[in-house]
Amino acid sequence: MSRVRVLVGTRKGAFVLTSDGKRDRWDVSGPHFGGWEIYHLKGSPADPNRLYASQSSGWFGQVIQRSNDGGKTWESAGNKFVYDGPTGTHLWYDGTPHPWGFARVWHLEPSLSDPDTVYAGVEDAALFRTTDGGQSWHELPGLRNHASASSWQPGAGGMCLHTILLDPSQPGRMFIAISAAGAFRSDDAGKTWRPVNRGLKSEGIPDPTAEVGHCVHRIAMHRSRPGVLFMQKHWDVMRSDDAGESWREVSGNLPTDFGFPIDVHAHEPETIYVVPIKSDSEHYPPEGKLRVYRSRTGGNEWEALTKGLPQSHCYVNVLRDAMSVDTLDPCGVYFGTTGGQVYASADAGDTWAPIVRDLPAVVSVEVQTLP
Amino acid sequence: MIRVVLPAHLRTLARVDGEVKVAVEGPVTLRAVLDALEAGYPMLRGTIRDHVTLQRRPFLRFFACERDLSLEPPDTPLPDAVVAGAEPFLVVGAMAGG
Repeated sequence: MSRVRVLVGTRKGAFVLTSDGKRDRWDVSGPHFGGWEIYHLKGSPADPNRLYASQSSGWFGQVIQRSNDGGKTWESAGNKFVYDGPTGTHLWYDGTPHPWGFARVWHLEPSLSDPDTVYAGVEDAALFRTTDGGQSWHELPGLRNHASASSWQPGAGGMCLHTILLDPSQPGRMFIAISAAGAFRSDDAGKTWRPVNRGLKSEGIPDPTAEVGHCVHRIAMHRSRPGVLFMQKHWDVMRSDDAGESWREVSGNLPTDFGFPIDVHAHEPETIYVVPIKSDSEHYPPEGKLRVYRSRTGGNEWEALTKGLPQSHCYVNVLRDAMSVDTLDPCGVYFGTTGGQVYASADAGDTWAPIVRDLPAVVSVEVQTLP
Repeated sequence: MIRVVLPAHLRTLARVDGEVKVAVEGPVTLRAVLDALEAGYPMLRGTIRDHVTLQRRPFLRFFACERDLSLEPPDTPLPDAVVAGAEPFLVVGAMAGG
């Protein structure tokens, strides 16, 4: 019978949650790296027991951890993230030039085919890659050297490269997103990049339809249709049917179109999930009701999923990397909250139950479906 | 041998209990002790001082013999008691944040 492994990054350590395919009884291991911020953990699609974790701390900086046995044991890997060449400046919050500086790894995206190759999205925004299992990291500088980079500006959480999507049908194509620069696409394995933000409209920047400057919170794709992208922006849920060349809004009947995560059902490419949050300054669900919204039509028409989720006095947030799906049938959906709950649905969102309730604030959730 | 006391999280990262002992050839300076520490425990590289600039991370301090050596130049000799192994060299996390 298949198994599920949920990798949870929190403000004070990592947790590994495992279950059989029924997904109703869970083993919880952790905290791993207790006391450290774990921005992200992810397993290699090519070798599911190979895991990578981004471990960081205000005192001690960045550490990368690697596991070869599905998270039972870990070893520290390379943590030297040095920008390639002159770094120049981006804009600071007050609009003045600010020197580029490495802060932390936000997201680790293992290669689809090679367990030793991993992409790392970092703050201040840049893309790094290892091809030796995390021992050494090298920047793909074409992104940071883009002509628009000196005009990029941080979002409230820092100028982070938080999303990396690898196109399974075109090995050289990848998408990344930066808060608050926007989405970018490479068609040559990360050598050159161009912004793909046409159709986005952001009232918080001087030119609402500018080529860059949008606070993209998350992008998701279904691997069977990599040209179709879904985006949760600072405000607005968006959709592209042409690999990011153009976007249209699909917020439809959502109670608010602010939020952080967005994800796609494992078997239904038009079924997508978001967690509406009241506003940019009120990072909690509207009316104190924690509701996942599901669209079975690729956007515009949304239904609230509430069964098993708190429907009163709930004021948690769900961060951008804190939602994931498994590939079982029915599809499992998972998300973690800043209140330390990790909720799971084994029926595509119809009903929910907490796996754990009292972890540190959850930063990231990734799911592996194991044979 | 120079005795080095690490913060708890770095002891965990380095997989050591209690004090660490490092051998330093030549003058026992701040830089020499940190070089020897990182050579013996490569996983600590980047966690105490920057990989490239070798600047001390801002929320860490260096103490020895009840003195704060954090702002001393890297080639500052450590106190005789540290060189003799009578006193440890301490890497201390700032009482901030968390």
